[in-house]
Amino acid sequence: MSEAHASDVTRRDFLYIATGAAGAVAVGGVAWPLVSQMGPNEREKAAGGPVEIDISAVEPGMLITVIWRGKPYFIRHLTETEVASAKQAPEADFIDFDTADARIAAVEGADAEWAIVAANCTHLGCVPTKVDTGLEGWICPCHGSKFDVTGRVMKGPAPTNLPLPPFVFATAEKLVIGADKAGA
Amino acid sequence: MSGHSTYNPTTGFGKFMDSRLPIARLIHDSFVSFPVPRNLNNFYTFGGILMVMLVSQIVTGIVIAMHFTPESTMAFDSVHLLRRDVSYGNTLQSWHAVGASMFFVAVYIHIFRGLYYGSYKAPREVLWILGVVIYLLMMATAFMGYVLPWGQMSYWGAQVITNFFSAIPLVGDTVREYLLGGYAVGNATLNRFFSLHYLLPFMIAGIVILHVWTLHVTGQTNPTGVEVKSKQDVIPFTPYATVKDAFAMVVFMIVMCYFVFFMPDYLGHADNYIMANPLKTPAHIVPEWYFLPFYAVLRAVDFNIGIPFTEIVLIDSKLGGVLAMFGAIAVLFFVPWLDTSDVRSANYRPMYKIFFWLFVANAVFLGYLGSRPAEGIWIPLMKASTFAYFFHFLVIMPLLGWFEKPLPRPASITDAVLAKAGNGGSSHIEGATAEPQSKG
Repeated sequence: MSEAHASDVTRRDFLYIATGAAGAVAVGGVAWPLVSQMGPNEREKAAGGPVEIDISAVEPGMLITVIWRGKPYFIRHLTETEVASAKQAPEADFIDFDTADARIAAVEGADAEWAIVAANCTHLGCVPTKVDTGLEGWICPCHGSKFDVTGRVMKGPAPTNLPLPPFVFATAEKLVIGADKAGA
Repeated sequence: MSGHSTYNPTTGFGKFMDSRLPIARLIHDSFVSFPVPRNLNNFYTFGGILMVMLVSQIVTGIVIAMHFTPESTMAFDSVHLLRRDVSYGNTLQSWHAVGASMFFVAVYIHIFRGLYYGSYKAPREVLWILGVVIYLLMMATAFMGYVLPWGQMSYWGAQVITNFFSAIPLVGDTVREYLLGGYAVGNATLNRFFSLHYLLPFMIAGIVILHVWTLHVTGQTNPTGVEVKSKQDVIPFTPYATVKDAFAMVVFMIVMCYFVFFMPDYLGHADNYIMANPLKTPAHIVPEWYFLPFYAVLRAVDFNIGIPFTEIVLIDSKLGGVLAMFGAIAVLFFVPWLDTSDVRSANYRPMYKIFFWLFVANAVFLGYLGSRPAEGIWIPLMKASTFAYFFHFLVIMPLLGWFEKPLPRPASITDAVLAKAGNGGSSHIEGATAEPQSKG
């Protein structure tokens, strides 16, 4: 078929390449399910729906840890001094600066202020230990990272702040983690 | 090196098999008539000890797997049922757990022996690299095995170590989810670790066969570092090396039995007697002792690496720590080319000998630092010790080849042995080796 155009390309060359290409597709097709089965399964993905948490009993200074999508999250009711020191802290104290306002949540009309952050250190995933020394809010027992009361990293090796989950206050006493707006 | 086969089947069955499947000939040539240098010391017995340890781990592992339930709510209890209620379960479980530690004791002595006597030098580079591959597989196997009892240290060890992979830029988190089989360490993780923990030892056994094959192609090194030159330099593997290896094995086993029967939990952590709790990290989380030096390297990097005087971060502290830790192992692959000296044995390398022992002391110190919390004075010490570790491989090893003046080496193994015996057999020393090496 191709003799007329290029005498140095034979039918056999074509067959080698075509067979090789088909073989590569077949290998890929076999490898795909073998790799794909390693990922989170459908039930695990479906289990990621929002969770409702009753926060009425959490007094200022208290911390509760809840599980959403298999991972722990801190819900910390901040005291007035903690809020004040977080807002006054200079940018230089932080590795991955973000404003305190962006990280403190409050229900409109209520005076309670909350830090709702992921509870796995952004270094290697340990759960930091709560401390109450002024601005410092958590110290990771594994590798010594420090976070302020709003979860902003103050000392490495953690590279970034504790992430904020999507959440919404359904009422002043009910927090929904995993939803962006009420009823979602 | 092995030369002609001296196997001579005598029975009818032996002759029948020899012309069809000559496996008896292979074993005879590899472990009976195989010539070994006549001057091997006790440090050369650890290869045999390691083989026995691998078999011991596989055998005890297979039987305790018969009692293990790889399910996150039941795994912890199944291990304790094994220890309390299964006949001899306590001994078998201890043997497997202590065996992992003793396996690493033997492999570290084996590796340091290789570094001291220059066992990695041409023509044994591939032999050395296969050894490093075995070491890596051992680490993976030991790590996954430690997760299976599903205690607090198991769980948080898995959490920390799988998080190494989330440091990979862009795809890190996805890679980690595929390792864990979920968004967090959980039942899927436990299941696959059990599967892989069962698989990897057999992969190790496969690489061990290649490791021994390369050894039998090049022949063993020996404390003089001088290659075998004549039949006088060697003795047959059996009975000489067999008996020496067996004796060392007995001594090694006495130590191991002391741990198994009198202090089975000494090398473990009390926290692992608490079932895994995803909400609470133990106050002081440390890996098993054999990973401590690398753990110290990981924690030594608590700073971002960026372009100076700018805010641009090229490698953040997390990726930096993980790269340093993997680098500490990866550097071993390049040792055959980092060492530029032509002289094999440290016995004839006065400067390397000093640096070698400094390196050993630093490696042990690094392990101690790995067990300390990441605070106060320990952090600068971790940095200094990590620096010294890499400095040894990347600067001292290459430079010594140029600056070191090696001592005169014996003309042959036999000469060295006879000189040591004191009957004046060392008459012909290679004079030329006393000069500093001239390098391009």
